[in-house]
Amino acid sequence: MEQFLLMNTFSFPILSTTIFLPLVGAVLLFFIKNETAVKFIALITGVVNLILAFVLFSGFDPNTHNFQLGEFIPWIPSYNINYVLGVDGITVFLILLTALLTPICVLCSWTAIKERVKEFMFCILIMECAMIGVFCALDFILFYIFWEAMLIPMYLLIAVWGGPQRDYASIKFFIYTLFGSVFLLVAIIAVYLTTGSFSIPNAMYRDYSITFQIWVFLAFAIAFAIKVPMFPFHTWLPAAHTEAPTAGSVFLASVLLKMGTYGFMRFCLPITPKASQLFAPYFIILSLIGIIYGGYVCLSQTDMKKLIAYSSVAHMGFVTLGIFSFTLFGFEGALLQMLNHGVTTGALFLCVGIIYERTHSRQIFDNAGLGKIMPIYVGFFGLFSISSFAFPGTNNFIGELYVLLGIFKHHKIAGLFAIPGAVLAAAYMLRLLKQIVWGREDKRELADMNIREIIYLVPLCILVFWMGLFPMPFVATFEKTLAYLHNQLNVILR
Amino acid sequence: MLILPELYLILISIIFLFISLGKSKEKYIITTAKVMSYVGLIITVLSITERGELFYQAYRIDLFSQLFKILIAMGLTLVISMFSEKDGIEKEYLPEYFMFLTLSSLGLMMLSSSVELISIIISLEISSYSLYVIVPLRRSQDATQIEASMKYLFFGAVSTGLMLYGMGYLYGVTGSTFISDIIPRFRLIIGQPFGIFALILTLTGIFFKLSLFPMHFWAPDIYEGSSNMTTTFIATLPKVAATALLIRLATIATPMHYNFVNVLIILSALSMTFGNIVGLVQRDIKRLLAYSGIAHAGYLMMGILTLNIDGIASAIYYIAIYVFMTLACFFVIITISRQGENTTIDDLVGLSKRSPLLAMTLAVSAFSLAGIPPTGGFTGKFFLFTNAFRQGYLPIVIIGAVNAVIAIFYYLNLVRMSYSKEAIHYDVMKLSTHERVICYVLIFIIIYMGVLPFGLMSLFKLMV
Repeated sequence: MEQFLLMNTFSFPILSTTIFLPLVGAVLLFFIKNETAVKFIALITGVVNLILAFVLFSGFDPNTHNFQLGEFIPWIPSYNINYVLGVDGITVFLILLTALLTPICVLCSWTAIKERVKEFMFCILIMECAMIGVFCALDFILFYIFWEAMLIPMYLLIAVWGGPQRDYASIKFFIYTLFGSVFLLVAIIAVYLTTGSFSIPNAMYRDYSITFQIWVFLAFAIAFAIKVPMFPFHTWLPAAHTEAPTAGSVFLASVLLKMGTYGFMRFCLPITPKASQLFAPYFIILSLIGIIYGGYVCLSQTDMKKLIAYSSVAHMGFVTLGIFSFTLFGFEGALLQMLNHGVTTGALFLCVGIIYERTHSRQIFDNAGLGKIMPIYVGFFGLFSISSFAFPGTNNFIGELYVLLGIFKHHKIAGLFAIPGAVLAAAYMLRLLKQIVWGREDKRELADMNIREIIYLVPLCILVFWMGLFPMPFVATFEKTLAYLHNQLNVILR
Repeated sequence: MLILPELYLILISIIFLFISLGKSKEKYIITTAKVMSYVGLIITVLSITERGELFYQAYRIDLFSQLFKILIAMGLTLVISMFSEKDGIEKEYLPEYFMFLTLSSLGLMMLSSSVELISIIISLEISSYSLYVIVPLRRSQDATQIEASMKYLFFGAVSTGLMLYGMGYLYGVTGSTFISDIIPRFRLIIGQPFGIFALILTLTGIFFKLSLFPMHFWAPDIYEGSSNMTTTFIATLPKVAATALLIRLATIATPMHYNFVNVLIILSALSMTFGNIVGLVQRDIKRLLAYSGIAHAGYLMMGILTLNIDGIASAIYYIAIYVFMTLACFFVIITISRQGENTTIDDLVGLSKRSPLLAMTLAVSAFSLAGIPPTGGFTGKFFLFTNAFRQGYLPIVIIGAVNAVIAIFYYLNLVRMSYSKEAIHYDVMKLSTHERVICYVLIFIIIYMGVLPFGLMSLFKLMV
């Protein structure tokens, strides 16, 4: 086990601190009565955790593919279950993204959430704890516990603070995800009985029989495909997104969806490479269907949140396309696209939340023609919209470019089918943008964005340009990890 | 004093017998019962180190029996401390009620120590007869409690009869009533249809207590008909003792006897599937929990049917967590029911605003019953699945996994009602300090057993 894991170099357990600090903050909330104090404590916890995440990042060494900053404590020795944490190039940015989005979510709910503020902030912080835990866990059981524990606060976020149809949406979300998860559990037990340990790195790149790989891959894939969500399993997503409060939508879009694709990269490819290759054509086809179908459905939406939700289906299609292209470019593009989608779609949901607070409607028509009324808002919204359809110079352009390079290298025809998806994205986003900016002309009194709202959109704005114009630092950080993954796959599959 | 816990329970029931002869205040009786149950728990915990055999080796006191006794004593203490005046037992019957409650627990404790067929039957009957008496003790508007008690009595008698019939075979073949004598002799013929028939018949009485398919049909009606308190007792403690007995008797077979194991697999699969599917349409929460109990008996069998140490230890773990999560659920029902009437799912509407702590207790126990981490329900299921899988029983693992998804519908419904449905008008419920403590204790145990199972698990392995 130890050869996979470089132990922590800090004087304190950095990963555990990052995971459990939000939990401490959440418990602290219980003892506070004042609502403003509750908000501030949640915000401070989020910001401190973000700083911790930066400290974590400063200790990250991009020159190795191994898991780093590791922690190892025996947990249930008789079953060989350990408390193992570690990060590598794939997860380090996802942790940063999660830590960045938490204070943003607290800020965006500052005035939007009026009742049961304490419980709301509690759920947000528990979510952060579980999400970072999922990305750090290197033990199947630890991973599974975080993975499932995430469902409960997310369910409550939708069910308690959601829109009018929250009941239906939250149940659908919970049951869909749980359905996938139980198969994940069975697959985990199957891997354990074969390898004798629940260690994730230990299960990678082993010579399992092909039948075993196929079954395990299918069990993994159903869990992750639901989470991504890939085409036939996507129906929970629009409902959950539309009904969730803004912070819930942001977490859902920016982090939870990434867990599916993270799962494909972390579990399916290294543990069941042969089965992954066997099923890759089907997954490519499903991704392509997702891209084009998502795009067409977007064209006919009248609800802003629903439109962005369906655009997620299309965007995540690009990510799975990159993963199943089995090329280094594809992998890098997929990871970039995961981060890009987290930044851009998260920001778009925040924008919808801002306008919803003012007009109490998510309908495009009700919110049309804001160009003159809310100039700052329209500026931000425009930027994130064009970033969403991969305009050159913004972050999504780089990601989609990498994915397309990868998929063309893998299979020309598959690449050709992905192009219309990119065009569709421009069509539906520009249609939305046009409506919002110039849609109708009437005089309405709406306050433009206030300082708080600008503060939480600016970091995302910077990221859009940074990742769009200078993606090298990002790519360089995870290059080693992905190159190692690619090499190992090449060795096994040849 | 090897059997101090048992003697103490006899003492309690005698005290209540005398109280029932005179006149005394209701509140005074309840307080007495609570204090005495706490003392009983302490005595049971202190007697954990006792070892020995009594009554011509018919009664064995070892770690196995003592741990089960502690679990029973904990359950009894929690059940009694949930008791409140409004629970719907006729006032004049209260002393008798507590008397029979403790007598029944006495029978259950004896059951976990009995290693001989006759003493098993005697202990089983002590516990059952007390329950037959307390089921109809309910202040009620209709006659459902009478129906429940009649059903319980008849079905109980039939299942005991079947069990005795099976035991007759065991005795006839082996010439002994001691389990330690039966094991080596009976293993020779257990592969034959006759052997399986005898063993399954013997287990029938236990299946009845566990409400395992096909001996489940009493559960919903009796849960519905008896008072909330009685249901809480019936739903938890007899199942603990039944598990102990099941382990003693089922391990007469070994994993080699695959015909016998196959029967158990089929029963387990049918039980969980039937319980969960019928559970979906229930409105009365007690009926719902009855079907949930049927399903959980099926899960429990997954551990038993491995017939090895790890599997049985995981079954013990599961019954322990099952007791606590079910108690938590029943506590919420008892507290929100105003005059001891049954609660339906609609009564939960807006609970998160009426009493956040109760809603949280309900949510934690529902998520635990459904098997979502980080609760004990997940950890228990995980151990069961792993051990059944390790023995190569993949089909039952997959059936169990699918059932976990089916079950989530109705467990989540409980949470959904209390969190996402708004009541039009509601009044805030004030919980007493005592009730708050029970909530915190139950939540703590459920989470603790979910996150840190290793100490308990190795203890359970030691005792098998």
